[in-house]
Amino acid sequence: MRIGLPLIIRLIVFLLLVTFLVMPQWFAPLLQPLTENGGPPVYVQSSLLSLTISHLTVVFAATVAATIVAVGLAILVTRESGREFLPLSRSLVNIGQTFPPVAVLALTVPMLGFGEWPTLIALFLYGLLPIFENTLTGLTTLPVSVMEAARGTGMTGWQRLTKVELPLAFPLILGGIRLSIVISLATATIGSTVAARTLGEVIIAGLQSNNLAFILQGGVVVAALAVLIYDTLLFAERVVARRSGLNRAA
Amino acid sequence: MRLDLRRIDRVGVVVALIAAYGLVAPFALFRANRIVQGEGRSLLSALPPSLGMVLMALVIVGIVLALLRLPILVRLVTSFVVLAGLAIAIGGAATFLTPAGNTYARVSPGSGFWMLGAAFALLATDSLARMRPTAWLRIAFLAATAAAITLILTSDLWSGLSLMKEYVSRADTFWMEAGRHLTLASGSLAVAALIGIPLGIFCHRAARIRSVILNLLNVVQTIPSIALFGILIGPLSWVAATVPGAADLGIRGIGMAPAFVALFLYSLLPMVANTVGGLASVPRDANDAARGVGMTDRQRLVQVELPLAFPVILTGIRIVLVQNIGLATIAALIGGGGFGVFVFQGLGQTAMDLVLLGAVPTVALAFAAAVILDAVVELTAPANATNRTAPTAGKEATA
Repeated sequence: MRIGLPLIIRLIVFLLLVTFLVMPQWFAPLLQPLTENGGPPVYVQSSLLSLTISHLTVVFAATVAATIVAVGLAILVTRESGREFLPLSRSLVNIGQTFPPVAVLALTVPMLGFGEWPTLIALFLYGLLPIFENTLTGLTTLPVSVMEAARGTGMTGWQRLTKVELPLAFPLILGGIRLSIVISLATATIGSTVAARTLGEVIIAGLQSNNLAFILQGGVVVAALAVLIYDTLLFAERVVARRSGLNRAA
Repeated sequence: MRLDLRRIDRVGVVVALIAAYGLVAPFALFRANRIVQGEGRSLLSALPPSLGMVLMALVIVGIVLALLRLPILVRLVTSFVVLAGLAIAIGGAATFLTPAGNTYARVSPGSGFWMLGAAFALLATDSLARMRPTAWLRIAFLAATAAAITLILTSDLWSGLSLMKEYVSRADTFWMEAGRHLTLASGSLAVAALIGIPLGIFCHRAARIRSVILNLLNVVQTIPSIALFGILIGPLSWVAATVPGAADLGIRGIGMAPAFVALFLYSLLPMVANTVGGLASVPRDANDAARGVGMTDRQRLVQVELPLAFPVILTGIRIVLVQNIGLATIAALIGGGGFGVFVFQGLGQTAMDLVLLGAVPTVALAFAAAVILDAVVELTAPANATNRTAPTAGKEATA
C-alpha cells in the first residue's frame, strides 16, 4: 500500500484537520447544505477533538499491545527453544485476521461489557498479523555473513538479538506496525456500536438522524488521520532503513 | 519412573493449562429467562453424574496425551475426540438443566466449556499446522467438520441450548438474512473481479495511470466502512429518484444498494493491486519466449501472462471474500440486511444469544472461505513458485 502525496498537500491536509478539530464551527456554512430539515451541520454532543484523542488512544493502545505480543512471539519462534511454537503461532495469528472485527466485538461484549475493551481486543487481534509476519521476515532473512560475524566475535544469544538482529529487522517491524495502525484507525469506528468513544460516534449519529454532514465529517477526519499517520511512519521507516545500512526491499 | 522433561511437549503445556482452568470454571450457564444474568454450573453439576464423570475422564486423558510427545496423528485424533465429547456433553447439559416443561429457562455454554474447547481446538490447530496437510486434505477436513456440525444441528442434540431456541423462533428470517449476507459478500466480489482484473491489466500496461489509480483506491481503504456506507446513501437515493428504471432494479438510498457499492469499492484495491502484482511477477523469460514464437500481445496476455499471474490474482479474491464476509455484517446498520441484523438487534436488547446467532455463522463462513480459497490458491500455484509475495503484502483490510 502506498499513499504518496506531495509534502505541500500533506501540510494543507494537516492544517485543515487541526483547524476543523479545534474550530469545527468555522466549517458550518460549508457543511450546512448537506443537512436536511435544519439538522445541525457540526457534531456538538461531544467535542470532536476529544473524540479524536480518544480514538487515537484506543488505536495506539491496541497497536502497542499487538506489537509487544507479535514481536515477542516472532522472537520466541525464531529461537531454538521456541521453534516448536512456530506452526501454531502462524495459524493463530492468521485466525486473528480471519475473525471479522464485528464478530470479535459481539463475542467479547458479554465478557467485557460495553465500552472501550471489546474494541481494544478486536483491534489487537486484527493488527497482529502484519506485525508478526514482518518481524518474522525481518528475523529470518538476515544475511548469513552478518550472523556469522556476530557469532565469531563471541556475542551471546541475547547480545546478538538486541545488538544485531532486532536493529536490522527494525525497518521491517516498523512497516508491519504501519499497516496495523492504518487498518486499526478505520476499524476502530465500529467500536462505537458497542459504546466505545471513537469518531465512529459521529458517523453513527449521522446514520441515525439521517445527517450526511455528520457521516462525512466523521469519515473524512478518520481518513485524513490515516493518510497522515501512514505517510509519517513511511518516512520514519525510510530514515531508519537508511541508518541500518542493510539494503533490503521491504 | 522419572519424568523426563524432554518428553514433554511445550505446546501441550499451554493446552494443559487452559484445559485445567476449563475444568474448574463453570461448564454451563443457567438462566431463568432470556435476559437475566446466568448462574454458572460446574462440569459435574451440569451433567448427569455418569456423563459428567466420563467427560472429566476424557478431558484428563486428553491433557495427558497432549503433554506427551506422541505422533502428530495421535494428537490430532485426541483433540477431535475430546472436541466431539464436549459437543455432545453441552447438548446433554442443556437437556439436564432445563426443568421439564419450562419454556423460559435458557442454558448456554459457560466459560469452562469455551476454555476446554479452546484448549483442544489449539491442540487440533497445532497438529494440523505441524502435519502440513495437502490442499485436498484440508478441504476434506473442512468438509468433515461441516458434516459433523450439520449432523448435530439436524439431530436434536443441541435443541435445548439457548442459541438453538433463538434460531427456532427466527428460522425464516435467519435464512433470508443468510442469503442477503452471501449475496452482498460474493456479489460485490464478482463485480469487483469483473472490473478490477481488466483495470489491473490496464494499470500493468500504463505505468503512469497505475500509481494514480492505486493511490486513489488506497485512500478509499482508509475511509471507515460505516462512513462509506453512509456517504453512499445520498448519491444512490438521487440515482433512484432520477434515473428511470433504477428504483425498479431495487436501487434505493438505504438498504442493500449502498452496502453493495461500498463493499465493491473496498474490494477493488486487492483485486487491482494483486492483478498488477501478479502480472509484474511474470518472469521476463516467459514473455521473451512468447514474443519469440511470434505471439501477439493479446495471445501473450491470455496464454502466458494471465495463467502465470493467476495464483496471485486468486489470492486477491481470497482476501476480498474473507474481508467482505466480515464487512457485510455492518450493512445491517443501514438496513442492508445480513447476519449483522441479529448482532446489532441482540446488542440493542442485550440478548447475547441473538448476538451469537449472527456472529457464529459469520465467523464460520469467513473461516470456511479462507480454508477453501487458500487450498485453491495452493492447487493453482505452480509447485516451484518461490515469489509468493502477495499474500501478506495484500492483506490490508479495512472495516
